[in-house]
Amino acid sequence: MVTNIAVDARNVGKIYGAGAGAVTALGDVSIAIEQGEFFTLLGPSGCGKTTLLRCIAGFETPTSGSIHLSGHDITYTPPNARPVNTVFQSYALFPHLSVADNIGFGLKMQGKPKAEVSKAVERVLALVKLEEFANRLPQQLSGGQQQRVALARALAPEPEVLLLDEPLSALDLKLRKEMQSELKRLQTETGITFIFVTHDQEEALTMSNRIGVMSAGALLQVGTPHDIYDRPVNRFVADFIGETNFLEGRVEDAKVRIGTGDLLAVPLDGHSGNVTLAIRPEQVSVSAANGGISARIIDATYLGTDTHYTLALGDDSHLVARVQSNSKTAFGVGDTVGVSIDAQAVQVLKS
Amino acid sequence: MSNAAGKRSKGATGWLLSTPALVLLVLAASGPLLIVAVYSVLEKGDYSGVRWILSGDGWFQVLFQRDIFDQTVSFADANLSIFWRSIKLSIATTLITFAFGLPTAWFIATRPPKARAIWLFLITIPFWTNLLIRTFAIMEVIRNQGILNTALMNMGLISEPIQILYTDTAVLIGMAYVYLPLMVLPLYAAIDRFDFRLIEAGYDLYASRWQVLRSVILPIVKPGIIAGSILVFIPSLGAYVTPRVLGGGKNMMIGNFIELQFGQGQNWPLGAALSTLLLLIVLVSLIVYTRVSSRDDPHG
Repeated sequence: MVTNIAVDARNVGKIYGAGAGAVTALGDVSIAIEQGEFFTLLGPSGCGKTTLLRCIAGFETPTSGSIHLSGHDITYTPPNARPVNTVFQSYALFPHLSVADNIGFGLKMQGKPKAEVSKAVERVLALVKLEEFANRLPQQLSGGQQQRVALARALAPEPEVLLLDEPLSALDLKLRKEMQSELKRLQTETGITFIFVTHDQEEALTMSNRIGVMSAGALLQVGTPHDIYDRPVNRFVADFIGETNFLEGRVEDAKVRIGTGDLLAVPLDGHSGNVTLAIRPEQVSVSAANGGISARIIDATYLGTDTHYTLALGDDSHLVARVQSNSKTAFGVGDTVGVSIDAQAVQVLKS
Repeated sequence: MSNAAGKRSKGATGWLLSTPALVLLVLAASGPLLIVAVYSVLEKGDYSGVRWILSGDGWFQVLFQRDIFDQTVSFADANLSIFWRSIKLSIATTLITFAFGLPTAWFIATRPPKARAIWLFLITIPFWTNLLIRTFAIMEVIRNQGILNTALMNMGLISEPIQILYTDTAVLIGMAYVYLPLMVLPLYAAIDRFDFRLIEAGYDLYASRWQVLRSVILPIVKPGIIAGSILVFIPSLGAYVTPRVLGGGKNMMIGNFIELQFGQGQNWPLGAALSTLLLLIVLVSLIVYTRVSSRDDPHG
């Protein structure tokens, strides 16, 4: 059990400053990241995800709690003594060193013989497909290439854990997509544990084995992308991951009565009293028939394969539906339609 | 458009407009140098000045001396030792100012922006004070009955004052103090541009503190080190006031030796030859220094 945990953070807290001006960046976060896992820390900026990453890297010392790496306590180990490497958001490539020397830096500092260093550099250069740029300086490369060098530099010493601090945020959309699959490939090929920090939920969903959602210094939910998307534990997670409609309601006779007066047979999971229903737009369907909940279309956005309808329900609450585009069932703004909700997929949250 | 217009402006008007700059360069910079060079190959006048007769005496006397009585020629080892001392002291001054200047510049560059301006202001204040006054202030600190010796004696650390004044050490202290800002400012400019995140990257990649300094910080701030070293070394080599006041009459540097030839020595050609030689030494060491320090060595 202990052996396959790569990083084990126990009750980690980080407080900056003291007294009245103290800022809590992390409050009692516990997390166990498995070996060979692609783990993503997801949350809005300022949620503490980068602080947690910096605690694992050794740039910050937790105010409380401890961090263990493969069973060893590394809470107070300096960064240069941890078998952990970081890909920095700004890349932080050494401007005075060539691409090859940047990549070989870690091994050289470890005192590895020259032949071994150049062999490793060659291998990693091939891994990130930058063989022909070995002798360039970082500033002679494009942003995407610099990103690869930063990755290669962190991978070359074969760390136990690779930390990635929003590494894709400076790239344009197309390049970012490319790098996402590239990162996933590298992680699978090397088998190194990746801890990836991002505020981009789509990035998190596509790449990760597991995701930890953070907000205001706390870890709200840890789970697979499916868990997080389908069974968010609270309104914050539901809202942050993907698009979500929220409808207020009240539990009555093992069903939930929403504002329009309609009853929905949703899985209650022991909830009672006032609840919030989290409904994904794709779980809402729209039909011309008068069945289901009556609604009026107030906005229709055509997105190619899908169309987004914004619906006003009887009680003036709004609902967004994502429907596959189909010329036969296309509705226009102002149309009155019948709305049905896939009740079994609805997530019931405490109000 | 730009090409044709650019060509036209390089014509007569262009030359006319650059006349003031050219006149200044010829008269103020090259002219005096030329006079010094010419005087070095003339014969010395009876009391001072020169006679307009070509002579190699000035240059000869830089290296050799002729006995007044039997005219035998011997090596002017006193002159050489003055040159050697000057070079030695200037290198030492450069090293000392670097050792103190790097942490100082680092300290300033890592303060919040507002505080930085204040620290830089404090560093430059001595520049506005007369050099002679600053040198006498140093003298007041290090003389036998000065602040330093009195304090050490009162503390019982020494029983007799340490003779610092009128030694090479005194000259070194004085020059290091006077030229420190010239080292700090270019170092500050270089460190200010330094991306401090690179230090974290270094630590992350298994570098110790010392390795981060040697392999990351120093190579990147090298331009500042080169500029600061040049700015300190050159005026140190030609220093006049500091060695004169703190070194006493005996511990001469080139600057004092040259002054002596134009003053009491009444040997203008020798003074001119010494000046020209000093200029050549500076030029050669500049070329060598920049060549060596900017050599591309990726393994630092």
